[in-house]
This record gives sequence, C-alpha cells and structure tokens, in this order.
Amino acid sequence: MSHLLEVKNLEVRFALRFGDLTAIDGVSFTLDKGERLGLVGESGAGKSVTGFAIINLISKPGYISRGHILFDGENLAELPGEKMRDIRGNRISMIFQDPMMTLNPVLTIGTQMCETLMAHRNISRKQAEAVALEKLRKVYISSPEQRLSQYPHEFSGGMRQRIVIAIALLTDPALIIADEPTTALDVTIQAEIMDLLLELCASEDMGLILITHDLGVVSRVTEKIAVMYAGKIVESGPTENIITDPLHPYTKGLIRALPDPERRGQGERLQQIPGTMPTLTALPRGCSFHPRCEIKGGICEKEIPESRAVKGQKREVACHMAENPSPPPVYEREGA
Amino acid sequence: MKHYWRQFKSSYFLYSFRRDPVAVISFVILLLLILLSFSAPLIAPYDPYDTASIDIMDAEIPPAWMEEGNTAYLLGTDIQGRDLLSTIMYGMRVSVLIGCGAVILQAFIGIFIGLISGYAGGRLDAFLMRVADVQLSFSTMMVAILISAIFQVAFGVGKFEEMAVPLLVVIIGLAEWPQYARTVRASVLGEKKKEYVEAARVIGFGPLRIMFRHILPNTLSPVLVISTVQVANAVMSEAALSFLGLGMPVTKPSLGSLINSGFEYIFSGSWWITFFPGLLLVIFVLVINLLGDWLRDVLNPKLYKG
Amino acid sequence: MNSRQTEKILSVRNLVKHFDISGGFLEQLAFEKGKIIRRHTVVKALNNVSFSIAPGEIFSVVGESGCGKSTLARTAIGLYPPDSGEVFFGGERIDHLSPRQMLPFRARMQMIFQDPYASLNPRMTVRQILEEPVFFHRPGISRAEAGDRVAAVMEQVGVDPQWAGRYPHEFSGGQRQRISIARALMVDPEFIVADEPISALDVSIQAQILNLLMEAREKRGLTYMIITHDLSVVAHISSRVAVMYLGSLCELSPADQMFDHPRHPYTRALLSAIPRLGSKKKHIRLTGEVPTPIRLPSGCVFHGRCPYADARCKTEIPLPLSPEPGIITACHGLEEGRIPLSPE
Repeated sequence: MSHLLEVKNLEVRFALRFGDLTAIDGVSFTLDKGERLGLVGESGAGKSVTGFAIINLISKPGYISRGHILFDGENLAELPGEKMRDIRGNRISMIFQDPMMTLNPVLTIGTQMCETLMAHRNISRKQAEAVALEKLRKVYISSPEQRLSQYPHEFSGGMRQRIVIAIALLTDPALIIADEPTTALDVTIQAEIMDLLLELCASEDMGLILITHDLGVVSRVTEKIAVMYAGKIVESGPTENIITDPLHPYTKGLIRALPDPERRGQGERLQQIPGTMPTLTALPRGCSFHPRCEIKGGICEKEIPESRAVKGQKREVACHMAENPSPPPVYEREGA
Repeated sequence: MKHYWRQFKSSYFLYSFRRDPVAVISFVILLLLILLSFSAPLIAPYDPYDTASIDIMDAEIPPAWMEEGNTAYLLGTDIQGRDLLSTIMYGMRVSVLIGCGAVILQAFIGIFIGLISGYAGGRLDAFLMRVADVQLSFSTMMVAILISAIFQVAFGVGKFEEMAVPLLVVIIGLAEWPQYARTVRASVLGEKKKEYVEAARVIGFGPLRIMFRHILPNTLSPVLVISTVQVANAVMSEAALSFLGLGMPVTKPSLGSLINSGFEYIFSGSWWITFFPGLLLVIFVLVINLLGDWLRDVLNPKLYKG
Repeated sequence: MNSRQTEKILSVRNLVKHFDISGGFLEQLAFEKGKIIRRHTVVKALNNVSFSIAPGEIFSVVGESGCGKSTLARTAIGLYPPDSGEVFFGGERIDHLSPRQMLPFRARMQMIFQDPYASLNPRMTVRQILEEPVFFHRPGISRAEAGDRVAAVMEQVGVDPQWAGRYPHEFSGGQRQRISIARALMVDPEFIVADEPISALDVSIQAQILNLLMEAREKRGLTYMIITHDLSVVAHISSRVAVMYLGSLCELSPADQMFDHPRHPYTRALLSAIPRLGSKKKHIRLTGEVPTPIRLPSGCVFHGRCPYADARCKTEIPLPLSPEPGIITACHGLEEGRIPLSPE
C-alpha cells in the first residue's frame, strides 16, 4: 500500500544576505493513514519548517530546494498555488501553538467555521452550520449552538484550542499537522487536548504529525517519532523503541535530561547535554552533534553520518558510533 | 573605536542602507545640501548680508541661461539685487539651523515629559497627556502669531528681527513637543513591563535612574525615526511662518522668506526668485522624509532584532 | 522541621494582593439594566497566603497560569506592596519599608526572571549589566575590584569572561539565562527568587540551568524560592513544594510526600496530567470551566472542577490545616475524611 504522506530528501533553504542557509537538510519520513508521528526537537531544529513545507507555506526568503512531498500520489512541492489551496485547509489541516493565529478576533466562531467550510465545499450556510455544530460536539464544547455566535475572546485558552481543532476537522482532513498545540496551555488542559487529538485520530482515521519539543507528550500520543537536530532527522522509528532504547546520543541525552523519579531530592542534579545546538549559519564540520557528543570518534568530525537502518528494527539512526556500546552514564556537573 | 567601526561596517543598518538606492541617493543629496549651506561663507560667490556689495541696479536679473541673464549671477538676482544662488545658500543655512534647533528643543521637552508620564502613570500621566493634547490643539501658526506678536509689542520690531532665529526655534519647539512626548510615552509603557526593568527594581535602583539609564536608551529608535520627520516639519513650519511674514526678516532671509519676497513678482515675470528657493525646500523636505521612511523600516523591531 | 528552632529566612503571613485593572474612569462605566454604572474589575491574585522558608531550602511554588504564583514571588521580594498581610525577611518585617530602608535587604535577596530575552537590558553590555549592582550597593569599590568580580562570577556561571564587552543579543537563550543568574549573584545574596527560570528554554538547556542553580546554591549557601508551572522538573530538586490554585494555597508538603502521596484533589490531577515517558496511564480528568481570578468562585476555589466537591465546598472557604507535621492542606474533603488518603 502506498503511504498517505511520503516526504523524501526534503531540503528547505533560506536566501539570506550572506548566502543560502539550509534549514532542512534531507529530511525523509512516511506516514500512513491514521498513523501518528511525532517530530521532536529543540527550537531551531527545523521541525516547524518541516511542517510548513508540507503544506507549502514556506514564506520568502525560504524555498523548497530539493526533494518531494507525496501526498496521496501528488507531489505537493511542485503543485501550483491554486491546487495547493485546495489541499491546504481541506485535506491537510494545521493547528498552531497560539489559537489566536487561526482565529480572527473580530468574527464570531460560527462565521469563521462556516466560511472556512464554504470556501472548500459548495454548500449553503445552513448546511455549513450543521457541520460546524457536529464538529464542536466532537471536541466536547458544551452547548455549541450558543457558542457559534460568540467571539474568540469569550473563550478560555483551552476552549479556543478546542475550537481551532474543530475548525481543523471541518473538512474531514486526512492529515492534521499540529505545531506545538499545547505548549501555551496549562498541564491539566494540555492533557485534555492531547486526549482529544488521540481520540479524534482514531475515530476519524486521520493522520497526525505532532510537532513538539516535549518527549513526554509525544510518547503519550504518537506511534512513531522522528528526532530532529540542526535541520536533520537524527533518529526515527517506533515510539516504543526510541523511548526505551534510544540509539542516537542526542536522543539519549534528551531522555536522560528528563527527571528520573528514582533520583529526586533536594539539590539533586539532572543529567545534562553540554553545550547548545549550533546555529544553522555555523554548523560544525561532519556530524553537527559531535561538539556535544560523548561517544564521538575521529570520523564524526570529518564525515556527515548517513541515516541507516538498524538491524532487526523498523528504525533509522544517523550516527557513526551508534552501535558502539554506549559508556555508562556519566554524571556531569559542569556545563559548557 | 575601531571595534565600533568594524561592528558598524558589518551591521544590518549599513547593509540595508546600501541595498536601498532611494536611501543612498537621498542621503547624498541631503549631505550635499547641508554642506553647501554651511560652507556658504566660503564658497558663495557673494555675501548677501553685506549691504555694501548689493546694487539695486542689478535687481531682477534672470538666471544666466536666459536671454537677459548675466553669467555673474547664475540663478539671477532678487528684487534687492542680491545674487539668488548666494542668498539661497545662506537662507538654507538659516532654515536648517532653525529646523534642527527646534527639533532638539522639542525632543528635550518631549522626551522628558514622555518618560515621566509613561513611567509614573496614573494621575500625573493623565495630566501631562492632557497638557499635550491642549498644546497640539493650538496650531504652530497660532503659537507663532501669539509669541511673535507679544514679543514685537514688548521689544519692538528691530529687536524681533535680531532675535528671529532663537525665537523661531522656541516657537516651533514649543508647538511640536507633544509628538515626542506621545511617542516616548508609548514605548516607555511597552518597556516598563519588561523584566529588565523589574530586575533593576530588585537591585534597588531609584525611579530616575531606571527611567534615564535603563528605559530611555531603549526608546530611542522611534525617537530617531520621528526626528527625521520632525526636522522636515520644522523646516516647513519655518518656511510657512516666514512666508506669512512672521519669521525671518528679508535682511536675513531663510528659504521661506525668500519664497515670500519673490511671490509678489511672479506675475511680473520674475518667477525665479520664488521658484529656486521653493524647489530647494521641496527637495530638502523630500529627501529627509525618504530617509525617515527607510529608517523606520530598518528600525522596526519586528523586522530587525538588535 | 520545627519552626521555633530554625530561623526562617522568609515568611509571609496572610498575604492578600488584588489588582484593579478597570483602567480609566470611562472604561469603568458599564451599561446594565438600563442604567449606567461604574464597575471595578479586580484581579484577586493572592488570597490569604502564608508560608515560611528556612535557610538552605529549595522551596517551589507550583501552579497553572493565573494562579498568582508570579504575584506571590514579586510580593515576597518587595516589587509589589501587599494589600494586607506581612512579609518577614530574616525575622524583620519588610513589606512596609521605604525604598531607602529597603536597600540593605535588596542586596540580600535577588530575582531571576523567566524570559532571558526581556530580562537583560538590550542597550547595555554584559559588563555594564553585571557591574551596575555592585557599584550601587558597594559605592567604595574600585573599578579593578569590580572587574575581578564580574570575571569571577561569569566564570562561575559558565560564560567566558572575555565576552563581557558584548551585548545580550549576541548570546543564545541559555547563555542569557546564565548572565541573568550572574547578575543576581553579583551582590552576594542569601535568598534568590526564580520566576520560571527554565520554562523559556530548550529541553537540553533546562537541565544545564537547573544544575547551575544547584551548584551556585552549594557554593554560596543560597536559599531558593522557585516559581514554576512544571511539577515534573523543578519539583524534583526541591525540598518542599507549595501548590497554588487561583490565588490560594492548596497543599504544601515535602517534595517526596507530594509525589508519592498527593493529598489535595487538585495536586492529584496536576500530578497525573504530567506527560511521562512511556506512560499511557490515564490522567484524572477535570471537568468544568476554568474560573478566572476576576470572578472567584465562592467557597473553595477548586470546587467547580473537583470530583469530590459537595455542598460545603461551594459555600465555605477551606482553611489551611496540618494533618501531619510539615504538611498543610486546604480541603474540606480531606478534613472530613471523605477523600481516600492514598489514591490507587
């Protein structure tokens, strides 16, 4: 069976005054119908740019310089603007961190929902309203009939994000890209929104790409993970495997930096990855992680590691040293 | 010093300047005009202030390229027989001096009031802003008429002509300070919520130190932008006042009073007396405004984080 | 911990702080039932909060947005005057002092802020930022001595002292937060309030900054009060944790007690909502609208979302009680024994 989405060798560049800057460098992944993928990384790793590239919304001076994005057999990277608009917001929906990016503060929820729907479907306002009500119920908004005539500022942050999700659902998309959908929300609300997304993916058979920095959230929601670092995917595979047995030293570091219930107490230290992610303008030679890596070898400073399959598992890792036995965890005290 | 120069050379500021031909051309013209006007005593062919060298017989000679023109007077002469080119150069110097002086005064009053108003907030803020509103509802003209009338009555016309430059600076400066006060207040309101201000308060600094040492430097970008527009406005105001006879006397002409002095003679065919100073005024104000537009784009914090 | 034996470094008693956000006179006017009325909009940020912190402690205040934790931090350190209640520092009452009387305390307590991009003055070099507090609090100090201190503190927080001449925008977020910590350390404080010190940072940097804070604490014998919305990371290094909801203290207990046996229903919900690696455990679902601190619910502020709420919770404000030494909870259900003590 062909995949719902296949991103292959995607490269996004930004034309800046000191030359081109490669924000995304050879990113590849696939997503099947109803599958949930987590794109994990720090700010600047290129995860949001990847999301925008899929719906062809890279704004100038950025452009897709290489690779293809196959969605249902069509290459989105080369689709003309007209046709792309038919897919964006219709068969692929996007949810942003800040709900107010999607919601227009001066229009009622009902108007916004109906107009979105009527832009993509040839239906009357009445029919559109019926669909809007149905979707609002799906995201557990109480008394949706009254909500339709309310303005975004009348809702709390969590409710707004629910409405944004309802809007994303309007056109029954096959794929939802959620960019940090819960980062601005409180933990208790965050958990509710994540539950909702999980439930909707199952009931509507939707694909989900969850872009986030939070490994905990990803492990709760997704089936697959791709970890990004400095514009590349350094490790990808089933969530289960990556969480329990990370191979790339960066993934390992991220997981170890999370608090360990076994080692808590006053003044206790956390495991840290030394240094910071390099800026895209000053990437180190070879593997871009090597200055922060604790298992690096001579080759890491010279050659860029290719992504390669791990024997016996459905996962890939881009590291020269990954299969070397990792040393016992070192307990560092000093940051770089 | 060398470090700053290097930093400047690699800055976004210079880069965007060089990439914008309009800004570069405007800057070159502005520089040229200012150089010409301030080196007037050195390079002008005649001294229009020297009544001994003026001959009324040379009055209203058209520009050199016209039939009755005289190559001795490139742009012709005015009704008193002064060389127009020299007079314009001197007049422009007066205009620029008044413009810059007025803006410095405006900025001084406006920044001070804006800072206090924005930082203190509450009743003081409300009071100062209402004062600004009242000031704004007097047009520059009204302020000028009022002050100059009072001054002329009190000290006589002779004294007024003598004191015209500082007087105009004060008039235009007083009339326009609310622009600065409002701009500064708006950015103070934005800045004072930022955590670096709280950090300064945690250290224990007093309000004056926080206002002037911490907040003020961060409000200067918009001040710089409106300053360009304000210089252009001040030069225009000066010209308008002089045109109405409330500004510079004919013996010490500015661009505005030159335009005024030639205006009566346009219909008798001596168009050049008004045209050349007018053209220069338009060019001068235009290039400043163009530079101001560019500066606003560059200093826009949404486009450039510095 | 016996409060009579240990001298408290900071204690607050019955702290109340309300903000009037109704704006100018015209903005206060509202039209209701055919009449124009003047209405004040008041945010009730802190409602009767009391606790004390012993020297050497790492005291965390946890809560969601709008619960008043940042207001608590700023009131405790004297940035806001409390509406009522008392703040004691080192045994002396400080909440009613004039700025001049407050000065000696300013050097003893410092603050670290959330946003490393807003907390450093963009127009000052790192050296100026760090020197300024020293010159202010120790006027006699020589330029060379101050320079040495700047270098030493920069070294300690892991920023190369050679970069002192640079401006904040030339540093990454993590480095800026280090500089922010350095500024707080410059005056040799005893007590540091950190308002969300890591929440604006990337995951791999968060651990670095927390470790730096712990190290500084060990070297200098500091006491911390850490404000956070993140129960999972910060609370792990704390000695005691206070959970706040809508301006009130729900629960205050030693960190391991809090994690192993959360008592207050809100604490339980909060703990269960933390996304944990690999755990698919169902979290406690809270129902009901999230109230705002402008219209506080009657009775217990949590009753609208609490699964155990009954009639008493809707009318009567629960008082902070101590079921065991060192633990404080404010919940009618716990007091009456309606809520089972250890869940699961």
